Amino acid sequence: MNQEQIAEKLLDKFGLDVVQTAVTFLDQITVTVAKEKILEVCTFLKEDPELAFNFLSFVAGVDRYPKTPRFEMVYQLSSLTRRHRFRIKALVEESEPGSAIIDSVFSIWPTADWHERETAEMFGITFRNHPDPRKLLLPEEWTCHPLRKDFSLYGTDEDTPDLPHKAGSQGI
Amino acid sequence: MGIERHLNDTVHVTNLEWFVNWARKSSMWPLGFGLACCALEMIATFVSRYDLSRFGMEVARPSPRHADLMIVSGTASKKMLPAILRIYEQMAEPRWVIAMGACACTGGIYKNYAVVQGIDRWLPVDVYIPGCPPRPEALLDGILQLHAKVMKEQSIHNPRVTNIKVAGR
Amino acid sequence: MPEQVSLKDSSRSETIELNLGPHHPSTHGVFRAVVQLDGEMVVDIVPHLGYLHRGYEKTCENKTYHNVIPLAERCDYMGASSNSLCYCLTVEKMLDVEVPERAQVIRVIMAELSRIFSHLFWLGTHGHDVGAMTPLFYMLREREEIMNLFELTAGGRLMPNYLRIGGLIRDLEEGFVERVRAFTGHFDRRVDEYETLLTKNAIYMDRTKGIGILPLEDAIALGASGPMVRGSGLAWDIRKSEPYSGYEQYQFDVPVETGCDIYSRYLVRVAEMRQSNRILKQAVDKLPEGPIRASQPGVIFPPQEEIYTKMESLIHHFMLVVEGVKPPAGEYYQVIESPRGEMGCYIVSDGGAKPYRLKWRAPAFVNLETLARMAKGFFFADLIAILSSIDIVLAEVDR
Repeated sequence: MNQEQIAEKLLDKFGLDVVQTAVTFLDQITVTVAKEKILEVCTFLKEDPELAFNFLSFVAGVDRYPKTPRFEMVYQLSSLTRRHRFRIKALVEESEPGSAIIDSVFSIWPTADWHERETAEMFGITFRNHPDPRKLLLPEEWTCHPLRKDFSLYGTDEDTPDLPHKAGSQGI
Repeated sequence: MGIERHLNDTVHVTNLEWFVNWARKSSMWPLGFGLACCALEMIATFVSRYDLSRFGMEVARPSPRHADLMIVSGTASKKMLPAILRIYEQMAEPRWVIAMGACACTGGIYKNYAVVQGIDRWLPVDVYIPGCPPRPEALLDGILQLHAKVMKEQSIHNPRVTNIKVAGR
Repeated sequence: MPEQVSLKDSSRSETIELNLGPHHPSTHGVFRAVVQLDGEMVVDIVPHLGYLHRGYEKTCENKTYHNVIPLAERCDYMGASSNSLCYCLTVEKMLDVEVPERAQVIRVIMAELSRIFSHLFWLGTHGHDVGAMTPLFYMLREREEIMNLFELTAGGRLMPNYLRIGGLIRDLEEGFVERVRAFTGHFDRRVDEYETLLTKNAIYMDRTKGIGILPLEDAIALGASGPMVRGSGLAWDIRKSEPYSGYEQYQFDVPVETGCDIYSRYLVRVAEMRQSNRILKQAVDKLPEGPIRASQPGVIFPPQEEIYTKMESLIHHFMLVVEGVKPPAGEYYQVIESPRGEMGCYIVSDGGAKPYRLKWRAPAFVNLETLARMAKGFFFADLIAILSSIDIVLAEVDR
């Protein structure tokens, strides 16, 4: 199936309430779906025999600061049986710090585990029902979210010190 | 062999300090410690073509207790830094540090929140080797420079202190 | 004096926790894992990453499109040219640039040399990890030959930094093609040599056959790609399924093994080196004459001679250096088959001179997720072999 057909199929199934926008750039379409329905949409994308997206390439966040809704969650899908690719998105709003929440797709594609942990620490997005919501790449005691647009590339001594401020706080 | 024939039964006189330095530089054991890209060039230096063992360094020790040269080969991230310092502290005195590559020297192209901007902020570096990554010849040259430095040390009268206990840590 | 405890009572009542890394000789860098052991058996393994996190994606967002290329090459320093190929392809697609035929063939040569380069180093260190010291020295012999080729044409040994958006930085150096021919001529025999060291080696087979089982459905669910899935029986190679850079014009096979174990992955990678050699032979034979960079004023750097002789070219060059290239606003995802699997570059552009967001789909990062699945229930010594069979590059895992 080509990308238009997949987008149409999604629209037929879920309607305009869920499938909000479809943006075409060159030969790739990005479909934005409602955040609340992300699990349903993903389950459909995986289970439907014509779509059969059994492979999740990555999950990533995009920070659109200072726009609202602030974050986009990007799911890049691929089907190894049908040999097609597709990308869906969900918008995540952060009205107050820590309120950006979206469902984890771990139950559908286990590979989302590390991608979501990385996104969580880099953007400060919380994944509901994630089995292991620890930090992945950053030191344990950092509280900053480096990939946010309002975070400076260089960090600061308070946010990203060379060594942990408290001695012995990292047990190696 | 050559050397026994030359020594014969004669008495040899030398400076003790020179002798100690000579012994140290001739069997300097590096720590097998790779951080990033530069580690590949370090491995290339160890094996057949460049053959670091010509300079008494054939054994890269996995344990810091056996090693006296730390080659910081690559980017030191802030998460790795406590481990690097811990490993350095475990090495036996006297110990030396070579900062290999642009990242270890200054942070290199990674001028950002995640990377220590030069390992010399935390470790007493003896030799800096620039390059991204440096060629094996550059590493060999750096090691020879370090040998020359060791030969000039006052190892008896004024032994080097390489303790990195910093106030506030 | 403590009372003597009988062995019967104390045995097998609890598991021990063992920390591995981040500085450990057999973890190929700064990988750390906390392993739960029941005696010698691995009960559970929890990887801890990030010891080489260098802020790659954030740094890319603060660089112009051209400046990202060296960063991308350092991401997977084993197959550097594959990375820059993936990145350049993405930007070229966004800019709608057609790369000339000669540049495409040279790119294939560089990418396949990188693949051999990466697999050689993998084979050497993998042999080392299972106790075979000899292979490493043989592998690094051929690796030096490839490094010489890189150095001849690009100047860099490990990171050639040779590809540019729209083509290549400069044409091939004189004598490069002959030296690639010489290399491809004897490389197949060299692979035979490696195989005599390991393929039928009883110790090696005992250490790897039936160890680190990764069934295909688990591999797909966990997002594994490249030799990991090809060792589990799926003939999936992006060079075949979604060809780029003219890969559809080359004759080559996709090696597949069905053992799902370390040995299968070993066989796949060895066979892939032979196939890469086959592609190299075809590429140097068909290498056409022509320009090595697309001609698209204002988007692609003009050739050096024109900068000195033509006013417009000088202006374009100046503007590209000062302002950088600006792809239209949009987002694009491009994949290639890197030595480790599906390498993807996802760029969000806002029409500016810097990528608004760059997500690097690093195959090693995703492949490493399979470690816990594979290692449970095996001996601790097997864990090292399993880890090395994934072929991780920590710079790519942590980015």
